[in-house]
Amino acid sequence: MTGEQLLFLIVGAVTLLSGLMVVTSRNLIHAALWLVATLFGVAIVYTLLNAGFIAVVQVVVYIGAIAILFIFAVMLTRKEMRDQGAQANSNWWAGALVAAGTFAGLFFLLQGWSGFSKTAAAIPSGYDAIGQLGDALTSPAGYVLPFEVASVLLLAALVGAVYLAFNKK
Amino acid sequence: MNFWNDPLKVAADWLMGIFTGWGMNAVAAQVLVAFLGVLMLITILMVLDIFLVWIERKVVARFQDRIGPNRVGPFGLIQPFADIIKLIIKEDTTPADADKVVYNIAPLLSMMSVLILWAVVPLAPVILGVDLNAGILFIIAAGSIGTLSIIMAGWSSNNKFSVIGAFRQVAVMVSFEIPMLATLLIPTIFSGSMGMNAIIQGQSIWYVLLSPLAALIFLIAAIAELGRAPFDLAEGESELVSGYNIEYSGMKFGMFYAGELLHAFTFGGFWSILFFGGYRFFGLELVSPFLAIAVILFKAMVGYWVIMWVKYTMMRIRIDQMLAFNWKFLTPVAFVLVMVTALMNALLRGAPGWLFVSGMILSNIIVAWAALEIVRSVSKKERERIEGPKRVVEAHH
Amino acid sequence: MNEWLYVGLFFIVGLIIPAGAITAGWLFGPKKPNPVKQSTYECGIEPVGEGWVQFKAQYYIFALVFLVFDVETVFLFPWAVRLGGLGLFAVLEGIVFILILIAGLVYTWRKGMLEWA
Repeated sequence: MTGEQLLFLIVGAVTLLSGLMVVTSRNLIHAALWLVATLFGVAIVYTLLNAGFIAVVQVVVYIGAIAILFIFAVMLTRKEMRDQGAQANSNWWAGALVAAGTFAGLFFLLQGWSGFSKTAAAIPSGYDAIGQLGDALTSPAGYVLPFEVASVLLLAALVGAVYLAFNKK
Repeated sequence: MNFWNDPLKVAADWLMGIFTGWGMNAVAAQVLVAFLGVLMLITILMVLDIFLVWIERKVVARFQDRIGPNRVGPFGLIQPFADIIKLIIKEDTTPADADKVVYNIAPLLSMMSVLILWAVVPLAPVILGVDLNAGILFIIAAGSIGTLSIIMAGWSSNNKFSVIGAFRQVAVMVSFEIPMLATLLIPTIFSGSMGMNAIIQGQSIWYVLLSPLAALIFLIAAIAELGRAPFDLAEGESELVSGYNIEYSGMKFGMFYAGELLHAFTFGGFWSILFFGGYRFFGLELVSPFLAIAVILFKAMVGYWVIMWVKYTMMRIRIDQMLAFNWKFLTPVAFVLVMVTALMNALLRGAPGWLFVSGMILSNIIVAWAALEIVRSVSKKERERIEGPKRVVEAHH
Repeated sequence: MNEWLYVGLFFIVGLIIPAGAITAGWLFGPKKPNPVKQSTYECGIEPVGEGWVQFKAQYYIFALVFLVFDVETVFLFPWAVRLGGLGLFAVLEGIVFILILIAGLVYTWRKGMLEWA
């Protein structure tokens, strides 16, 4: 086993464990902080894949924006600082069943795919991943339309969020 | 190759020789050498941080027409060490209702979010730290962790003031992240890379000359990110006493305080890297890496001094003013500037150097002037709406 | 060696050194807690109620607007990296992208969501 594999196993285990803590911890802020740990673990997995840009974006967007948004939402909606209610209702087993089913389905599907058991070729050193991404997003032969549509989608998200918040007033 | 030309490589090779000589495996030895290098850099930073306390106190004293610390040691140089001894032997109180674990992690994360910034700082052409290809975004990513530490500190203290302070501070930090991201796009456009070293290497002409407005917006956003005056409404001594860190004492408070100072110095450094050529100074950096380090530290110190100058000159603004300033003025201006810069960069490609520079400066001046004119006319309208149209003063009496 | 390993070392050392400093404070400082010392600070008067205040929903709105802008700006970085080598077409593409973004800001502004009151 190489050092990188060992690191991956440790990070994967910690990520899964913090994911479990997100759904089981009784305090909502703690759950949000465990979520941050989970997201950070995913960022480390990206760095192990040599996807540095994606890892940094993961931290900027998910920890810097989405986790903060979650914490704000929890703090705004709760009546007390320390909410100690149960995190799961009586239907938790149905959720667990769906999760297990999804995992089994994905596992079954991926087993048939040849790339699943193959080690991907290492990225050559000096490979300009961000530049390639930039080319793909801007060249007319690439993903120009999805790039612009992403902007429209985000605009729609913003308008939707503003509409919802505005109506509540 | 000798020590004078490439000290880091020479030292690393020497250590590698020792460790492998002990029969250590090559990869483990390499990791150990890297670990020692990081440990050394961070230790130096912490020592520097101690002197930043002295510098900050001396500078604020001069701004306020005082002398500042001058009793302990020559020029009061020993003062920060006395401060540290005081912080260490202070009782570390924890509020009874605090969330102990989160409360204790927050100061660690706060300091860490500043220290990791130095991972991407190129100190000299041969001492690059880590030349990440997403180096610029790493600043924002580290800032995200800082934001998180503040909200953790504020929430876990279980104190009204600290929660309000944390909310305000986080609102400031996230809001000003947008103009900061937008201005980070501008050095990226000029250099064609997000790596810190490529940005420095691209600055045969300092980017501040190509885009002075971007440098200014970056400085404003950085000051807000630091939570310094005029954006220090998280502290708000008169209302919130100290904001998110109100319940912290002893060394835990010291971590927040030292983190703030080092953060300001670090952002002075990033300002110089992105817009003032980093370690480059008329070829001095090629003479020796030690001179390059001296150049970048000097530039960072100048940036830090500007940040202090702003802090001790400006009044604190209210949160509504701060958010309006960011979202209604700074963000639109920053994005317009990005568009104009991208367009000018494409139009002036291949133009001679003087034309490129003057075209860029001119476009910056036009954007700044137009923005100020629009703000002036809007605020005039607003004033008239509130006060009624200006009456003509009659001159009979 | 993976460059991120160095960054990881920075994270680790960046945690160890502050932890060491705080431990020193814990070792050398007195530990004499009492209920008054451990009560939360409130301008030197007795704390009123619990450490909880109702927040303005406005904080949440700003966080939402921030999130959308954050994601959009991150999209622009690969574009900016390649800008030097691409033609006017790519520049205009990015400008359209930013204009759509600004349209969102104008909408939010018009709806009065950027007002603090």
